[in-house]
Amino acid sequence: MPTTVPAHGNDAAGRLKELADATASDSALRRFLHGLPGVDAVGLEARAASLGTRSIKTSSKAYAIDLAISMIDLTTLEGADTPGKVRALAAKAVNPDPTDRTTPRTAAVCVYPDMVATAKAVLAGTDVKVASVATAFPAGRAALPVKLADTRDAIEAGADEIDMVIDRGAFLAGRYMDVLEEIRAVKAECGDRARLKVIFETGELSTYDNIRRASWIGMLAGADFIKTSTGKVAVNATPANTLLMLEAVRDFRALTGVQVGVKPAGGIRTTKDAIKFLVLVNETVGEEWLDNTWFRFGASSLLNDLLMQRQKLSTGRYSGPDYVTVD
Amino acid sequence: MAFEYAPAPESRAVVDIAPSYGLFIDGEFTEASGGKVFKTISPSTEEVLSEVAQGSAEDVDRAVKAARKAFEKWSALPGAERAKYLFRIARIIQERSRELAVLETLDNGKPIKETRDADLPLVAAHFFYYAGWADKLDHAGYGANPRPLGVAGQVIPWNFPLLMLAWKIAPALATGNTVVLKPAETTPLSALFFADICRQAGLPKGVVNIVTGDGTTGAALVAHEGVNKVAFTGSTAVGKAIARTVAGTDKKLTLELGGKGANIVFDDAPIDQAVEGIVNGIFFNQGQVCCAGSRLLVQESIHDELLDSLKRRLSTLRLGDPLDKNTDIGAINSAEQLARITELADSGETEGAERWAPACELPENGFWFRPTLFTGVTQAHRIAREEIFGPVLSVLTFRTPGEAVAKANNSQYGLSAGIWTEKGSRMLAVAGKLRAGVIWANTFNKFDPTSPFGGFKESGFGREGGRHGLEAYLDV
Repeated sequence: MPTTVPAHGNDAAGRLKELADATASDSALRRFLHGLPGVDAVGLEARAASLGTRSIKTSSKAYAIDLAISMIDLTTLEGADTPGKVRALAAKAVNPDPTDRTTPRTAAVCVYPDMVATAKAVLAGTDVKVASVATAFPAGRAALPVKLADTRDAIEAGADEIDMVIDRGAFLAGRYMDVLEEIRAVKAECGDRARLKVIFETGELSTYDNIRRASWIGMLAGADFIKTSTGKVAVNATPANTLLMLEAVRDFRALTGVQVGVKPAGGIRTTKDAIKFLVLVNETVGEEWLDNTWFRFGASSLLNDLLMQRQKLSTGRYSGPDYVTVD
Repeated sequence: MAFEYAPAPESRAVVDIAPSYGLFIDGEFTEASGGKVFKTISPSTEEVLSEVAQGSAEDVDRAVKAARKAFEKWSALPGAERAKYLFRIARIIQERSRELAVLETLDNGKPIKETRDADLPLVAAHFFYYAGWADKLDHAGYGANPRPLGVAGQVIPWNFPLLMLAWKIAPALATGNTVVLKPAETTPLSALFFADICRQAGLPKGVVNIVTGDGTTGAALVAHEGVNKVAFTGSTAVGKAIARTVAGTDKKLTLELGGKGANIVFDDAPIDQAVEGIVNGIFFNQGQVCCAGSRLLVQESIHDELLDSLKRRLSTLRLGDPLDKNTDIGAINSAEQLARITELADSGETEGAERWAPACELPENGFWFRPTLFTGVTQAHRIAREEIFGPVLSVLTFRTPGEAVAKANNSQYGLSAGIWTEKGSRMLAVAGKLRAGVIWANTFNKFDPTSPFGGFKESGFGREGGRHGLEAYLDV
């Protein structure tokens, strides 16, 4: 659940009213979103790249690797998923490296709704959460009652977290209020039973201005997390779009006191990449976001690279793919 | 546990600094005639790096004569031949860039990430770029067969020692001139390493001569009757003295002097990127940049919001060992410069501006100054008028575009300016009214060899870089 911290300044009440007004009508919401500061693509990408050159070694690397492992939503989202595969994945989330029991657990296992119960059975009694991509993932092209039913199914099967996709068609057509209301409806369905992650599919939103607007729609609608992408399109999480979303959650908290999490997903495969994302978090929003309540990696192959790097740090040698489990 | 970065210092082993260096005249290292030497130190530790010869008027005379002699053959070479040497120099600089980056950081105090990622790539790019011009001078727009001037006497500053050398030497050699260059007293080492690169490239003797020394050496060079062209980058005070010396002679002169750049942020600016641009504008190279955006002009309606963001961002800057790859802010170049920055910053407080700096620890040795900003600054304050040449930002406000332009132009300088707005028409309208040589749009401190650089008013005259940079070294 969002943690409430005191908003900055004396006029917090005024700011909250301003936000309430912003969602009062379609045109008010449009005005608000288009009044957000623009994003200069060149500058944003340059900043993301410059943070990527920070040097993380030895003790800081060991810390970063364990932190990254603990932030992973270990994910399998294939049509060919079987209960056996999901059970194996869930077991790996609890015990990522059978040769080293000091390895932290991942944050969650992320599966389709029909696999939630299977994952939950393995994870019962652990603190590893079950996340489920409900709401007609990945296209999101279904009627609202279908999406709500999908969400309800997943929660009733035991999902702790719901990863919903937004209606990109509505967003790109400028029907911002429809997007907002749909998120609100799903959030209401989640209630206090599950945390809601809202996926924008940033690759389809095309512009950074759109990604900032989508982030604000998500936060205004009550998202607990904002998430870059489904992992199912060509462009998924990038340092630049994640930096932009971190700036959005930072600004939202400054305005409302409500903290929202960020989850880059798709395409983050190496330890080096993951550490670059952690540097972005550290230098943009700081250590208040540096745990798995507020930052996650949506990834499947990343974990094995982290494990191999972790083994290298402890043994001094690279092992190889046969020294970590396949799934 | 917090997310601490492990120190990642670049190895000093890649650079071999000799205990002493002579002058580079006519292709040889020689001792100064008076035998006098001075020490060059590392500003971040105050450690003595080497002893360097103090060139006398006699040494300057020897160097100019060597350059004069070399000029006959060098200027007669076909452009394509001169280009070969320049390309060779450019490639050697790339090959030795790690060594040169570490050397420059040691001698200057700036962070390795700037020498490695900004200075050295630009140094090589300038030699490549002007190498490309050497055989195309007929097509530069100055008519057929433009001729070189002769011997160029060049005096460069300490803030970008090797880059300023490249800006001076590359176009001079490409156009067929020969060179006597005096590097700054506090940062002579990279020029002496460049002398070695000239030998490595097989450059004919006397084409490039390096005479180290203090202001008297520079004055002797500027006044020498055998010099046909004087190029100077540095302070406005010294620039004026040089202009007086050169006045009435047939020497050609270009001056690239001080600045007090205005960085204008409108209320529709991309705020997060503007904050980065402001930081880059004034804290790059510890603000020791003539085109630094040292005056922030922010639209009144977003003043508080922008300042909050800026302060938060400044709190994440990492100050310390310049050789550490994680360092954002390095050391001030000299004790003298630190004293000047300190004095001017103190005047800001005395005159009623509000001072703010992030809490960061300063190393015990060396010359350090916290990144600092002043709010509540008016046009009447010294810190809004005088060039501080350090990490000190003065924040002023404006209400209308007209007021922004009036305040930006209300300066004795006119080197650079920045405009931040998402509205293209406003960008162009404001840029057209600013009296500055370089105007950046939604960015700051971007350099490219193809782009001319130079000033209005007391920021100097003449242009370096680009096709325009050729003119200063040609008889046109």
